[in-house]
Amino acid sequence: MAAASISTGRPKGGAAVWDFISKWGLITLLVAFPLTYAGIDLANGDGLARIGNNLVAGLSNGAIWALIALGYTLVYGIIELINFAHGDVFMIGSFTAFALYSVVGLTLATGPLGLVLGLLVILLLSMLVCGSLNVMIERVAYRPLRGAPKLAPLITAVGVSFILQNVGILWFGSSQRGIPDLIKAQQELFSIGGVEVSRADLLAVAVTVPLVLLLTTFVNRSRLGKAMRATAQDPEAARLMGINVDTTISLTFLLGGLLAGAAGLIYALYQTNVWYFQGFTAGLIAFTAAVMGGIGNLRGAVLGGLIIGIIQQISDNRIGNEWTPAVVFAYLVLIMVFRPQGLIGEETREAG
Amino acid sequence: MSKLAELRSTRWAAWLPAIIAVVAVALFPLFRPPLDATMSDVIQALAYVVMALGLNIVVGFAGLLDLGYVAFYAFGALAAGWFASDHFSKVNGGEGVHIGVSEFVTTAFPQGIHVSFLLIMIGAIIVTAVAGAVIGLPTLRLRGDYIAIVTLAFGEIISRFAANGDEVVIKGYALSNGRESISPIDQLNLPLVGEFDSATNLRLYFWLALALVLVVLFVNFRLRDSRLGRAWIALREDEVAAASMGVPLVRTKLTAYAIGATFGGIAGAFLGVYNNSVNANQFQFGISIFLLAMVILGGLGSIWGVVIGAVLLSFVNTYVIPDVLDKGSFNNLLSDVGLDFTFGEIKFGVFGFILVLMMVLRPQGLLPERRRAIELTEGTGGDDAIVETRA
Repeated sequence: MAAASISTGRPKGGAAVWDFISKWGLITLLVAFPLTYAGIDLANGDGLARIGNNLVAGLSNGAIWALIALGYTLVYGIIELINFAHGDVFMIGSFTAFALYSVVGLTLATGPLGLVLGLLVILLLSMLVCGSLNVMIERVAYRPLRGAPKLAPLITAVGVSFILQNVGILWFGSSQRGIPDLIKAQQELFSIGGVEVSRADLLAVAVTVPLVLLLTTFVNRSRLGKAMRATAQDPEAARLMGINVDTTISLTFLLGGLLAGAAGLIYALYQTNVWYFQGFTAGLIAFTAAVMGGIGNLRGAVLGGLIIGIIQQISDNRIGNEWTPAVVFAYLVLIMVFRPQGLIGEETREAG
Repeated sequence: MSKLAELRSTRWAAWLPAIIAVVAVALFPLFRPPLDATMSDVIQALAYVVMALGLNIVVGFAGLLDLGYVAFYAFGALAAGWFASDHFSKVNGGEGVHIGVSEFVTTAFPQGIHVSFLLIMIGAIIVTAVAGAVIGLPTLRLRGDYIAIVTLAFGEIISRFAANGDEVVIKGYALSNGRESISPIDQLNLPLVGEFDSATNLRLYFWLALALVLVVLFVNFRLRDSRLGRAWIALREDEVAAASMGVPLVRTKLTAYAIGATFGGIAGAFLGVYNNSVNANQFQFGISIFLLAMVILGGLGSIWGVVIGAVLLSFVNTYVIPDVLDKGSFNNLLSDVGLDFTFGEIKFGVFGFILVLMMVLRPQGLLPERRRAIELTEGTGGDDAIVETRA
């Protein structure tokens, strides 16, 4: 036990066995959750429609968590910092989107064309707001501590998170606030065998998929993306190769913020209420997703987001949403302890 | 070496201001009416000092960031709520269980479990020590920021159980009353001191809180200068070096968690009794951060610094924000420039701001530990300690 916290790896043979056990153990734990409830439904003679609905709603919720989780994973990948304030950036995104409803002039009476155009404008604006907010946070709260021990920026991140939450309180008050259901989110689009797909589900997928594709293409193909990957691998060497590390880190925060802004709008349209505290819970759920997939790994974050979306949805629906954070955190602790590198993550120095 | 010798020789003179301060604080209630709002604020502040000193052991001495410290407060307070109230109303066939409590409690509250405060305190210490070690156990394989998140997750799970405890019904008894309070809690009745009564006289509670702080301070100083304390500090500075010098990592870390947790349990049990009610709203995540801000403000690992940080932030919480910023001329000034808000609603934002400000501008805290100050100027080999920065 003691030695494991120092050495970066376990002995070869044992490592393979442990890797196998922890990976499949985690997968079993994850699959067991929906399967149990599917079994209960079948035993009660209710069919699979309810669990199917859970899965659909879970996947579309998961799309939102995936967008936020990408922000965590991007930042962690590059400077090994848990950007604790990221969830609250997402919250600011929701607030911005809602505030823009009236600025752009969207009401319940707006026609479909106006709605799509208006929402596109709002999407871009709230992405921009969150992106620049995230860059600013990095500049003010993390960059001065770049050389400091790792826990120092984590502590400021917690501080920034609280500041943003309280900005939220000043903005829209401290209770949940219902907002206009512009897209009639829960209206059914079509259903297959009793499993309904609502407009909100379509929206979540329609926004998330292009954004994730754009992001992965950017990171994998573009010059700046290459700079990001190089910095993630070794900041010192990247600097020697002529990469501007500070700019690259800012760019990473910008990308994370953009995605959080998009998630903020989808969340506002989907849940039709905003709350200053939504970012805290969402942030931890998304962080769990990022760790589940393997922090630092883009595909992992998306996968983790979708999985945790399903778990969260089933827990909301079956156990009661006041328990959902406890369920998600229990998964978080289990993953952190038994499989800190996640499902498909590469081993990080911290997690090893 | 010469510097260390110098430190030793000045050690006793350095105690003088502390002794004067303690005497002044102890005499303070005599100059106030028995039911004084300021006195109640100070009692609250003293309880925070106890918790901040506990958190300081984990974060300041051992260098393990704990974001879920509020869990131990919850354990302590719930211990008081369970074992000094009518909560378990049908126990013993509705006749209740009374151990070491006064005649008054026995007649006034025939139902439920009513146990003497000293026993509750001992129980809270044992429970929180075990809980601390259990929470610490899974973090042993992890380092740095992952530890922080795991402790945060544990803290949140426990506060969720406190908040939704009214749904968890075991043998007809709810785990807690959720956001409603478990109330009333028995007043204290200590041997040799007699009956406490927070409705008519706060002085006894004040002195008890002060006594708790002094005991905890004494324990803190003895621990810091013990073999265990040196092991914690070695761990904080460089885990690998400490391990190779023979510091047992597992035992050292777990004792840090366990001992740090007990202080939270002590303060929790005290506050549960003093506030006369226990409810889930007292165990928000914000409290963990409030306590962390105290430790950071005062100086990580610096005992007197943490005391000062805790007193300062309690003062900000109970006096500066409600009575200075939100009242009178400053508030008028705010409304004159069109800002319509009170600092009371955003007080956790204020604490967050203090956290960021301190970390960026003065990471060693207001009153850095002298040993730390030497380390900061002369440097150590370690890079895992929290407060070192390239300032």
